[in-house]
Amino acid sequence: MKILAVCGMGLGSGLLLRMQAEKALRQLGVTADLEVADIGSARAMARTADLIITSNELAEQLGTVKPRVVTITNFIDLDEMVRKLRAALQET
Amino acid sequence: MDILTAIVDFLVDEIFSKPFYLVGLMTAIGLIALRKPLSAIVGGTLKATMGFLILVVGAVTVINALDPLGKLILGATGAKGVVPLNEAIVALAQSQYGAVTAYLMFLGFLVSLVIARFTNLRYVFLTGHHIFYMATMLAVILVTVKLTDAYAVVVGAILLGTIMVIMPAFAQPWMRKVTGGEALAMGHFGSLGYIAAGVTGQVVARTAGKGKSTEEIEFPEGLRFLREPMVGTAVAMFVIYLVFAVWYLARVGEVAAVEGVGLAEGTTWASYLMAQVLNALNFGVGVAVILLGVRTIIGEIVPAFAGIAERVVPNALPALDCPVSFPYAPNAVLIGFLASVVGGLASLAVLSIFEPALGLALILPGMVPHFFTGGTAGVFGNATGGRWGAVLGGIVNGVLITFLPAFLLIVLGNLGFLNTTFGDADFGWYGIVIGNVASSLQTSGQIVVSVAVLIVAAILIAFASWFQRRYVETGWSPGGEAMPEPAPEAAS
Repeated sequence: MKILAVCGMGLGSGLLLRMQAEKALRQLGVTADLEVADIGSARAMARTADLIITSNELAEQLGTVKPRVVTITNFIDLDEMVRKLRAALQET
Repeated sequence: MDILTAIVDFLVDEIFSKPFYLVGLMTAIGLIALRKPLSAIVGGTLKATMGFLILVVGAVTVINALDPLGKLILGATGAKGVVPLNEAIVALAQSQYGAVTAYLMFLGFLVSLVIARFTNLRYVFLTGHHIFYMATMLAVILVTVKLTDAYAVVVGAILLGTIMVIMPAFAQPWMRKVTGGEALAMGHFGSLGYIAAGVTGQVVARTAGKGKSTEEIEFPEGLRFLREPMVGTAVAMFVIYLVFAVWYLARVGEVAAVEGVGLAEGTTWASYLMAQVLNALNFGVGVAVILLGVRTIIGEIVPAFAGIAERVVPNALPALDCPVSFPYAPNAVLIGFLASVVGGLASLAVLSIFEPALGLALILPGMVPHFFTGGTAGVFGNATGGRWGAVLGGIVNGVLITFLPAFLLIVLGNLGFLNTTFGDADFGWYGIVIGNVASSLQTSGQIVVSVAVLIVAAILIAFASWFQRRYVETGWSPGGEAMPEPAPEAAS
């Protein structure tokens, strides 16, 4: 499965989301490909992704996309990431 | 023996002085240190190397688009025009300073871990692209004052390690106010602007009382598109190119304007204007390509760095990219951004009035620095001073990121002649301080220069360490009544 971490420029905070998600997936025992995207190209890249991780405001801006969108409030809270990813993975 | 020298020569010439292989090599070292599987090491190394080459491709596109803009602004106003954009200047610097930058960045990260390990400044700066940009700026400044490459790498690495731990410490009291005490720090080289915005908010709260938060405002949906920095950049560049193209045309007439930007003789004014539209779009394209390159490089390097940091400095606070503060006050981001642009335009007006006397370049508003640092300044200003704190904090940031680059250009040597430069506030103040200390002693030789800038670094670390003990460890909250007003800007 392919997961997309989205932030404004696809640099700092997106990479942080990716690293946190990698840790969380290891805890959950799931393997996935993770990529970082900027908000500008995220809609196009979403077509081939299975899950998107981003912040609340950027999720609004992303609008409706095919994959399920997981929004993270606290970027360094691993528990939040694990909890939300687990819920999202169970539904898909 | 001849074979041995031949091999060494080959390695030095073909690998160790080529920044793209160097970046790959350093990524490989990081991944090996983390005992990653071979496939991850090979993949990560290749991606980092290719990311660097992508960056160079983008740099060519950006310079081709920027060159006519420089001519337009010079032709229209008689002054040099500069649009600050870190991504552009960093990419342009790599052909000349790439190898020094790569070594400096790698060593600088290790120095930051050592400082974090052995002082009370326990911050790990994880914003990879800013480490890369700061490494580039330091390489440019130190090589410009005639330090040899080896000196530039070692001295630059200590300077880089210093700024990576002191700025998160200085910003921490306000960052804590923003996040409500979460265990994270600000790791972004716009921090002087955020601290200034936070202090501005305190002044607002003290004189007029802390008003309502920005988050109690209903925001018009139509402004949402501004949250996409690439779109903002394209729109702004479009306006800047056309304004100066029309201005130049009106000033010198069709024939001279066409010749001035290097178009074929007989080109009509309409084609001339459309050529500038294309330049504006190509600028955006170049920046997008550079971003892809930077993303590819840091996407491999930062996780390796983070893994090493976790082992070397356990329990350190992660210092993170500025958008991590955005969720705490999303409206303040937009208000701060717009206010920062206003502050930038007002400062541009001041620069253009005093341009003949000061000989400074005209710093036009670069939308990427205004969005990210203005937005964060808005969040900080709001945290201490409510909505007016966000507005005034954004304006103060806009003033800073217009005047600081104007003075920074002077110490950047041949890179100071380009039409773009570093945007964010800490590049400005740190570059100006280090650059001026270094260039004033340049004639005394590289050892004197090195000792002098390292003394500056030592003073900054001592000051930051005191600040950490006095304000961060005591839990001081800006805007609280008990403690006196600090003066963190004294660092600049």
